[in-house]
Amino acid sequence: MLDLLKEPVLAVQEFVVLAGKAFRNIFRTPHYTDDIILQMDTIGVGSLVVVVLVGLFSGIVMALQMSRALAQYGEVEKTGTLVAITLARELGPVLTAIMMAGRNSSGIASELGSMKVTEQIDAMRALGTDPIQKLVTPRLEATCFMLPLLTVIADFVGLFGGWVISVVKLHITSRLYWNSAWQALEWNDVAQGLIKPLVFAVVVSLIGCFYGLRTTGGTQGVGRATTQAMVAATIMIFITDVMITEFFVSQGVS
Amino acid sequence: MPETPAPSILRFENVTVSFDGETVLNDVSFEAFEGESRVILGAAGSGKTVLLKAALGLVRPDSGRVLAFGQDLGAMREAQLFDIRSRIGMLFQESALFDSLNIEENVAYPLINQKSIRCPANEVHARVEEALDFVELGGTLEKFPSELSGGMRRRAAIARAVVTGPPLVLYDSPSAGLDPITAHTIMALLIKERDMAQTTTMLVTHRYQDGNLMANFRYNSKQGRLEPARQQDGPLPRTTFMVLREGRLIFEGDQDRLESSADDYISKFCKRRE
Repeated sequence: MLDLLKEPVLAVQEFVVLAGKAFRNIFRTPHYTDDIILQMDTIGVGSLVVVVLVGLFSGIVMALQMSRALAQYGEVEKTGTLVAITLARELGPVLTAIMMAGRNSSGIASELGSMKVTEQIDAMRALGTDPIQKLVTPRLEATCFMLPLLTVIADFVGLFGGWVISVVKLHITSRLYWNSAWQALEWNDVAQGLIKPLVFAVVVSLIGCFYGLRTTGGTQGVGRATTQAMVAATIMIFITDVMITEFFVSQGVS
Repeated sequence: MPETPAPSILRFENVTVSFDGETVLNDVSFEAFEGESRVILGAAGSGKTVLLKAALGLVRPDSGRVLAFGQDLGAMREAQLFDIRSRIGMLFQESALFDSLNIEENVAYPLINQKSIRCPANEVHARVEEALDFVELGGTLEKFPSELSGGMRRRAAIARAVVTGPPLVLYDSPSAGLDPITAHTIMALLIKERDMAQTTTMLVTHRYQDGNLMANFRYNSKQGRLEPARQQDGPLPRTTFMVLREGRLIFEGDQDRLESSADDYISKFCKRRE
């Protein structure tokens, strides 16, 4: 029994050590600004199209689904309220983060995993560079900066999708839609909607780096690390989402 | 009057390394001295690469000590190891050039990133060109590793290993996976580096002929090729052979002793002197 637990406990310990070093390096020199900007482009700008599409369609679907439920109470004009709240609190952050996990956790794991199996990580250490400082910290910083921004974009595009359906299909006036959406949002929703992507960014980037850096077993190992990173990041996104939501609910602000 | 012994540059004291419960280096002890050449022979999986990585502090021993330039690597933090590593050049098995950087950036990497080297920014380009000319790879500065052949990548990696002028250079299977002609070219570069920069060399290989070249040939800089060492040119650097088998050091000595060994495993490696 103890032997069965040994490996996961060791993995958690290694992850915590990696996370600790990655955060500590934010305040230490050297800072690889070029790498941070490059990662912002790869992780952030590169994910823009997919995030916009996911945001748009989730807004459209939410408006369609909610209008049906609201019609039972004769409250179709509240569609904007429901779309805004569900997007800002939950769907925007979670769907964006899941797309990032699929695209970037796996991407980071395969890139770092390939470097690991071709001894580039060892070469980096041999040539005077800390791989965590050079590879992990820039990815952490770039994701923490870009994921909240992408979430805001996804939220807005989702609201836009809801507006299109409201106007074209539900025949709600634009003014009514935007007013109900605007008034529905409180500061807690905005806070929740921004804290979540920040936490998810840590999950997405560090899990990708963690699985990449512990890759063994050649190209087959890289494939395995890629899949594991994506699965683990997605599960951790849901677990941390429950924890954050529970925190906000227990504070009476959800 | 007795000759003063050369200072110790690398010393292993009862080093044992294991991964996931499997012992890959088992109680290995030896001492390499300045100016010496060491050839480490062994089958795949015998612990040759791990030995080199332990010498760089990339792998920490479970027990025993590794001393490089008289300093115990096990007692040092990662940041402190960077200073020692800047004095050791390393050629990795598959070159380990950074895919995302071009050849110039790859070779410049240690000059820019190793703090103790402190190469002025305006000298970096010239030193990179010099190192690439040394390995006869001038004109490839802008190319990426994926655009080069296996032999060219190996040469670029040698340039990266020696660009800082380290006194100790470790080569991990430099001729592995190359055709005989390219393998000979690579070995000629290693011997050129040894003879022109007077470096201490540790060569890991499974090809005995590589060790034989190291032990009996010198680089003729006028003709630009290897030639058998002659008495009148003075003695060659001492070459010591080591044989690893399943993590154990089973032989350490000169070429004559190696060739006269009755051990089956050892005699499989040394067929005949060329």
